[in-house]
Amino acid sequence: MTETLQKDIEAYEEDSQKDKYLTFMLDDECYGLEIRYVTEIIGIQKITTVPEMPDFVRGIINLRGKIIPVMDVRLRFKKPFQPYMDRTCIIVVDIHELCIGLIVDRVSEVITIPESQVVAPPDVQKRGNRFVMGIGKVGQEVKLLLDCEKLLNDHEIEQLHSNS
Amino acid sequence: MTNLRDDPILEAYLTETTQLVEQLEEIILVCEEAKSFSEEMIHEIFRIMHTIKGSSSMMHFTNIATLAHALEDLFSFMRENPQQVFEWSTLSDLMLEGVDLTKLELYKIKNGDEPDGDMSDLIGRVKLILESLEQGGIPSVSPSSLAQYYRAHIFFTEDCGMENVRAFQIIHQLKEQVEEYRHIPENILDQSAADTIQQQGFQLWIKTDKLYDEVYSLLSNTSYLKQVELVIVNSMADQVADDDDAETEPRSEDKQAQVKQQPSRDKESLPSTSRHQGKTINVNVHKLDELMDLVGELVIAEAMVTQNTDLIGLELEQFQKASRHLQKITKEIQDKVMEIRMVPLVMTFQRMQRVVRDMSKELGKDVQLKMVGEHTEVDKNIIEHISDPIMHLVRNAVDHGIETVQERAAAGKPETAVLTLEAQNIGGEVLIMVKDDGRGLDKVRILQKAKENGLLHKPEADMTDKDIYNLIFLPGFSTKEAITEYSGRGVGMDVVVQNIAAVGGTVAVDSLAGEGTTFTIKIPLTLAIIDGMNVRVGESKYTIPTTSIDQSFRPNERDIITDPNGNEMIMVRGNCYPIIRLHERYRVETEITRIVDGILIMVEQDGNRTCLFVDELLGQQQVVVKALPTYIRSFHSIEGISGCTLLGDGEISLILDVQGLLNMK
Repeated sequence: MTETLQKDIEAYEEDSQKDKYLTFMLDDECYGLEIRYVTEIIGIQKITTVPEMPDFVRGIINLRGKIIPVMDVRLRFKKPFQPYMDRTCIIVVDIHELCIGLIVDRVSEVITIPESQVVAPPDVQKRGNRFVMGIGKVGQEVKLLLDCEKLLNDHEIEQLHSNS
Repeated sequence: MTNLRDDPILEAYLTETTQLVEQLEEIILVCEEAKSFSEEMIHEIFRIMHTIKGSSSMMHFTNIATLAHALEDLFSFMRENPQQVFEWSTLSDLMLEGVDLTKLELYKIKNGDEPDGDMSDLIGRVKLILESLEQGGIPSVSPSSLAQYYRAHIFFTEDCGMENVRAFQIIHQLKEQVEEYRHIPENILDQSAADTIQQQGFQLWIKTDKLYDEVYSLLSNTSYLKQVELVIVNSMADQVADDDDAETEPRSEDKQAQVKQQPSRDKESLPSTSRHQGKTINVNVHKLDELMDLVGELVIAEAMVTQNTDLIGLELEQFQKASRHLQKITKEIQDKVMEIRMVPLVMTFQRMQRVVRDMSKELGKDVQLKMVGEHTEVDKNIIEHISDPIMHLVRNAVDHGIETVQERAAAGKPETAVLTLEAQNIGGEVLIMVKDDGRGLDKVRILQKAKENGLLHKPEADMTDKDIYNLIFLPGFSTKEAITEYSGRGVGMDVVVQNIAAVGGTVAVDSLAGEGTTFTIKIPLTLAIIDGMNVRVGESKYTIPTTSIDQSFRPNERDIITDPNGNEMIMVRGNCYPIIRLHERYRVETEITRIVDGILIMVEQDGNRTCLFVDELLGQQQVVVKALPTYIRSFHSIEGISGCTLLGDGEISLILDVQGLLNMK
């Protein structure tokens, strides 16, 4: 019996985080991540390189004693690399026990985009589109909403070959 | 059924009962080997059954409770009637059957299923045996025939005279009380019989349902008696004893031995588990794991304080003293916690006894299990992972390696094969060996099988014997024609390798045809905290386990050689070693590219040596090994890097794995 009560509470909590997205910028494009996966946002810090990894995996960092990997989202989306500056942030996400830091140019804000304002993405062809699960409309602007799980789990074989 | 996690009472019951059942199994095997159930053992078994009965009834596991009750009654009777006679081998088979059934029920409970096993058949048989015991008969496999056969060899004193008359007296007394009898010499009324009896003794065969003691006292109740030898035999037709036996004391053992008051020699053979019950406490393994983690954090935090960048260049004598003291205490805590987690291998080895016993019986082989160094201790985590591989190797040895009794006799080997489980602590590793004195590995068949399955990675001519033997670890390999219940499916060996690799160990095999095979498992003692040497290459830092380091030195230009392929090597005291440029291997940018500007570290693993070229040495330190994040490992494992660690200044250092670096060549 306690189990169903537990599930109700979780569902309620999820609901309060549903439709909320953390948005960040890469060049002029605005992307959104579901807030329920985001644990914290930190400034850029020293990264220890790990050899033999795809180019978008920059290495690992020490987050208060915990070692987590960091990924450069620009490189993941096959955009040209940009050196890190003061404004560069790391968004720490935690999905199903997998913890990873996403390096982005800068972080914008947390906004609510109701389901009605989200449409399906166009053809899955061009770079970056693989990870987009929907397009959110906020006023006149458009935010590309990312599929976190795909971002973390989709290991393209070609990327590995290019590094061997 | 209630969830295990939620119910501490259920968990306590399972822990206690499992422990008791294991103890029981041990006792039974010891009794079997001694071919008797001593008084002390009977007491112990009764005690165990009583406890299991009580706790199982409380938990409403009625079938376990009923079986325990039946066995308790049986052993209660045996306890109160110590001179009662019964067959130990039937009893031990029965008990082991009970042990197995109970284990099965406990397993079901652990998984949240209903313990619904039907024990009524076994309980019925136990009750039958108890009944026949109570009626004073000697129970055997078929409770219907309670009669027993005895053979008596009687010698009269020299001054007896008329031995045949004495013998006649004995017969006369016995006639009314026994079912059947026969004797040699047959005609005792003849005068010559007296001489025969004088020299060779009077032999008497009796069939009766009387107990040994009664028969013995009946026979002894004769004058001029020099010696009575009384043994239980299988039938009336049993043959005459040898002359040698006439010299010995009246023996009381034969195929079906009896229970007599055994002296305290059994004190030593009481299983080790029950002896340790006094001063121990059961601890949840999770708590120990958490404690380990905390100690690891403590080591890192201590390094962060004592090696803080703020302190660079400052002369702080009191502070240094205090921090050295802190380091000492931290190390002691660390050592103690490691010690707590260490568990002796003896339990794992003991479990193999049962496996060996059952398998030998089933396969018609005679195998004796020997244990050496079983009190060697290993981290609790490791024990769980090596239990299965060891069992698999033991099974393989009994199934494939050890020959049948006839084969061994034909080969001039002792009929009883010996399977040795040995454990030793060497350096920072634990060595576990599974040795058998069987037929050894068949080089030819192994090569052939490997060829058939396309598993050869080296030209045949280049392979040493050891190489060939180690082929059996490749996946998909098996030279056993028929798949038996125990092995032959070709999935065994590589699973063994994987399980052992999961705890950071290795397994190797060596063999001598006709003489036996030895499997050696090597496991690093401590996984979590190691002594490491920190080095720098460019901006990156690496840590090399000090146990792998031979020496480090600044090379001389003239000692460096380059071969036609561009491989660099260094001459050290007449020997040549390859050089690995870490900055090239891991693509690290560094200004130090000339070998003479940096440091060479000679590392060694399993006798193979190489030199690592780094920029500079940073210092020795105890490091907490942390695995690389799952995400990183999900791409592929990086050869040469076994993990990472946090340095005192907060930076991350990658831990190098020497074997991996050697493999990369």
